[in-house]
This record gives sequence, C-alpha cells and structure tokens, in this order.
Amino acid sequence: MDAAPTVPEVEEAEQELTRVPLVLHRRNFSWLTERISGVVEQPAPRWWWVAFAITASTATFGLFCIGYQISTGVGTWGNQIPVGWAWDITNFVFWIGIGHAGTLISAILFLLRQKWRTSINRSAEAMTLFAVICAAIFPGIHVGRFWMAWYMAPMPNNWGIWQNFRSALMWDVFAVSTYFTVSVLFWYTGLIPDLATLRDRATTKVRKFLFGIFACGWRGSNRNWRHYEMAYLLLAGLSTPLVLSVHSVVSFDFASTVIPTWHTTIFPPYFVAGAIFGGFAMVLTLLLPARAIFKLHDVITPQHVDKMAKIILLTGSFVAYAYTMEFFVAWYSGNSYEKFAFWNRIFGPYWWYWWFGMLFCNCLSPQLFWFSWCRRNVFVVFFVCMCVNAGMWFERFIIIAGGLVRDFLPSSWRVFHPTWVDIWTYIGTIGIFTSLFLIFIRFLPMIAMSEVKTAVPEADPHYGTPPGVQSVSPGGKERTR
Amino acid sequence: MMRTPAGHKVYAMAAEYPSAAALYEAAKHVRDAGFKRWDVFSPFPIHGMDDAMGLGKSWLSGWVLFGGVTGLLTAAVVEFGPSSILYQLDVHGKPWNFWTVPAFFPIMFELTILFSAFAAFFSMLGMNGLPRWYHPMFNWERFIRVSNDGFFLAIEARDPRFTENGVRELLERTGGEHITIVHED
Repeated sequence: MDAAPTVPEVEEAEQELTRVPLVLHRRNFSWLTERISGVVEQPAPRWWWVAFAITASTATFGLFCIGYQISTGVGTWGNQIPVGWAWDITNFVFWIGIGHAGTLISAILFLLRQKWRTSINRSAEAMTLFAVICAAIFPGIHVGRFWMAWYMAPMPNNWGIWQNFRSALMWDVFAVSTYFTVSVLFWYTGLIPDLATLRDRATTKVRKFLFGIFACGWRGSNRNWRHYEMAYLLLAGLSTPLVLSVHSVVSFDFASTVIPTWHTTIFPPYFVAGAIFGGFAMVLTLLLPARAIFKLHDVITPQHVDKMAKIILLTGSFVAYAYTMEFFVAWYSGNSYEKFAFWNRIFGPYWWYWWFGMLFCNCLSPQLFWFSWCRRNVFVVFFVCMCVNAGMWFERFIIIAGGLVRDFLPSSWRVFHPTWVDIWTYIGTIGIFTSLFLIFIRFLPMIAMSEVKTAVPEADPHYGTPPGVQSVSPGGKERTR
Repeated sequence: MMRTPAGHKVYAMAAEYPSAAALYEAAKHVRDAGFKRWDVFSPFPIHGMDDAMGLGKSWLSGWVLFGGVTGLLTAAVVEFGPSSILYQLDVHGKPWNFWTVPAFFPIMFELTILFSAFAAFFSMLGMNGLPRWYHPMFNWERFIRVSNDGFFLAIEARDPRFTENGVRELLERTGGEHITIVHED
C-alpha cells in the first residue's frame, strides 16, 4: 500500500553564491600599483597645501600651548581639586581609543581572514600611530614636571627612587609604550613590499635612495615571503591580545580607584568596545574624504563602508549595553554614592553632555546602520561618524570629570571649567594628528598594495587553470605527473 | 663558476610567467625536477606557493617563542628583583604575600608581547638576509616589474642539476617567457 517513494522535486538548481568582488571593475595588478603609487608620485595638489597649512598651524599653536603649560605649570589648565583629571586625561583616553580600530583592522581581522581589511589596514594603522602619539603627549605633560617624566622608566639610579609595579599607572606606561612600539613594527613590516614598489618606480635619485634604504632590498622572493608571512601572522597574533589589553589597562587607571562610577568591573570590556567604536568612526572620517579625493572607489568600495558601518553598529550597541548596565548596577547595588553619581550624570552639571554625547551620539545615532540605505549613503555614514567622534570624547569626559565634580565631601564640590590652554592643547593635538596623516598620504602608499593585490581573483594560484591540469592539494603531497 | 662568453659570472637562468597561476604550476615542475637552489618572485605572497616549491613551515616562530620567554623572564626579574628583594615599596600598607603576585602580571604580559614582536621583526629580516641592497636579480631589467605585476622564476647556476640546455628546456616547457641568463655582477 505504501506509495512509491517520491524524489522531492528540486525547483531549480541552487544558484551558486557569488561574492561581491573586493576590487571593483576587474582592476588588475598594474592598475592598483599605478593608482595607489600615483597618489604619492604626483606633485602635491593645491588642496593639500591649503589643508596642511591649516593643520600645521593648529598643531604649532597646540605645541605653543604645551610649551606654555610646561614652562608655567599645570595651573594654566582648569584642573583643581577635586577635579584633578579633566581634559588632559580625557584627551589621552580619547586618542588612545582611536588607535584601537587600526589594530583591530590590521590584526584581528587578519586572523579572521577578512580580506576586505586589505584596502583599509595601512591607513588605519597609520592612524593608530598618530593617535597614540597624540595620546602620549597628555600623561607626559600632566605630570607637571615634564623633565622628570623619565622617572616612569625603571632605570637604576642613586636617588633611591623605584617604580611601583603594582600601580595601574605604571601598567599604563608599559601598555602604551609597548602598544606604540609593536604597532610601529607591524606597520613597517607591512610597508616593506610597498616601499619596494615605490623604489622600483622611483625616478629621482633622492626617492630611489630613500625608498631603497627603507625597502631593505626587498625583492618579492617566495623564500622571503615565507618568513615574512609567518612574521606577519605572529605579529597579528601578538597584537590581538595586546590591543585588548591596552584599553583594559587604561580602564584600570579608573577601575582600581574608589571613586563612584569609576570603581566598576565592567570597565575593561566597556572601554575596549568603546575604543573600537570610536576608532572605526575615525577611520571612516579619514577614509571617506581620501577615497573621494584620490578616486579610490574601486578599492574602498561601498562594501567596505558597509562592513565598517556594521562594526560601528555592533560596538555601538556594546557601548549602549554597558551604559545601561552601569545604571542598572548603580540601582541594584543599593550603594547610595553610586546611585547619586549616576543620577548626577543625567541631571547634574554635565547633564547635556550625557543627553547629547552619550545618549544621542553614541547610543542612538549608530542605530541608523540597521538600515542598509544608511550604510550605503556616505553622507549618513559621515554624519554618524562625526557624531561618534564627538560622543566618544564626551563619554570620556563624563566618566572622568563627571565622576570627580561631586566628591564624597559636598564642601569640596566644584565644577570644572576649561581654560583656553586646555581647549587649544586639545585642538592642537587634532592639528598634530591631521598633519601627520596628511604627510603620510603624501609620502607613503595609503593602501597596502601587496595586500590588496591578493584580494584580486587573478592572485589565486588556481585562477584560470586550464582543465586537465592537475593542481596541488593544500597539503602539497601530490606530484606533477 | 659558469661564465657567459662575454665573461660575466652567471647567477641564474630566469623566466617570466604571465600569471600567478602559471608561476604556481611552473614551481611544481621545478620542484619535481629536483632543483634545490631556485626561487620564485611575485608582487604578493601566492597562496600555496610554499608547498608548490616544496618548502616547509617557517620556523621563525621558534625565535618568537624565544623572544616571548625572554620578555617574560625580563619582566619577572625587573619586577620581583627590586620590588621583593632590593627595595620593597610599601604603598598604602598593601600586603606583600603570594596573593598579590597578580598585580605584577600586566607588565609581565606587556614585556612578553614586546620582546616577541621584536623577535618576529628582526628574525624576519635576519632569516631573509635583509637588509640587502644588492641582488643579482636586479641586474635583469624586466625584473623591475616584480613589485608591480611581474611573476618570475630563477634557477641558480650553482644548483648541482643546473645545465644551460636542461634548465632552458624546463622553463620553456612550463610556459616561461623572456628566458634569460642573469649575471652575477
């Protein structure tokens, strides 16, 4: 009685899933070389000089403020007890956080085999270095006696001064300096093959000499690539825990104190998520104009912007969750100081920083990226990124100064007011950052040519292999004929 | 030492290949012909080329392990030596017992990473024999494309199996173009 088994009818052959190419318009290797090296080899365009004049004079004025602060004293800033950490440490955390996106792109996405990173990793890593340079300025000048900053280094001396290795601030010195050094090594390792490209294309003696020196005689030999790839992989593997540790250690500066709103265990992951969030916004802030100016739309495609927007949405949601959890724990803990501090965050002297910076910029604006038309529209993307850039600065300020303005002792309550030196030192570091980035795009390839070429289909050793020709298995055990 | 009729020392016989795939297939043939002193050159690392050339895993990782262990031990000595023995700091009256050791971990971690990264970078240069600002391959004018879109294969004259006709035939058979002798100087 059983009906004959019927074969389920297949409607139509499953369409093969095709990947959207990472380099559009089937651009070939030499197009990539030409376009990317061309940016460096053309004479500087007029807009570059105008932009550089503006950023360099801002940077110069910032350096003047730093000089004035060092020669006169920390009193030139608005810092007063109880607000001993204010704009300076806010700026430090802000800049160091921005660096994190570069390392995430260069290391973590490399380990996850995300090939789209190849279009953006070079400039993101450069951004990391420049952001860490800006960050490192602040703790250095905040110590007051800048010329004694070397006491932070554990060197034998005859004053009987020794570092307290169990202090979060000492951990920070090691974390940030290690982070900078490893980022430089990683960035330079990635640059070597591209410097060889510029060396081979160089027409003037000076360029030939300089690129020749820095390319270390790279000749693209596979016996070299073998060690190179292993070094690159290991540097990525080392940078991954490093980048997660750096902002964790920065958060320990706060979490290991007794200040309400600082003394929380959620800080390390919360800070790391916030750092990646703010950093990706800065990557897009720099790359969207650069891509438009240098006509790099075939390399930094809508797909790249879309993916970065998704990471901003993801990490922004982490951050929003962390904000919510802080409020929940303040209420649930029953600690009246903690409750007061968080009430103060929303309705205290910095209320609008919270409503605008943390709520609107950091929590709400990235939610636009749930919609694909928002992720595809560069103006919306740029708007959200600017919101996030601002919001992350406000967040750090609220955490740092907001926690200090209302001390345990009401008689010492005092609201922080920045002085012109505070403001211009911060603006000056923006000038330093943008000046360094402008110099970078003029003199070094802003896209990793040797890496982006591997994202082109022709780079696949099995591309266009004629039928009948046997290819080697991944294990390399097969032999030819 | 092999010399050309003009008296130049011969470094290698080299060929250019039209694509990464062609170079990859050619490398397998050269490997199976038993050559040992040869190399391929490409603008980017070609996936699977190490196997096609018969090269194993790079043991650069050993140096990185060495660097990491050195960093960890350095941190341990720098931290525990002075802090526990030479110059004990009493901060906030915090205890000094065994359970406070984790407070030393962050710096041990950071120095482990730092020394490993230096080891990775410098062993990469060292194992590749870089920096080396001169190489016979640069004598071939076509080789300038190696950092752009050129794919090259060179079999060195000092390989015991090297014979001019045999190598030329092998390179031709595998689809090599612009086959040439590369001079040492």
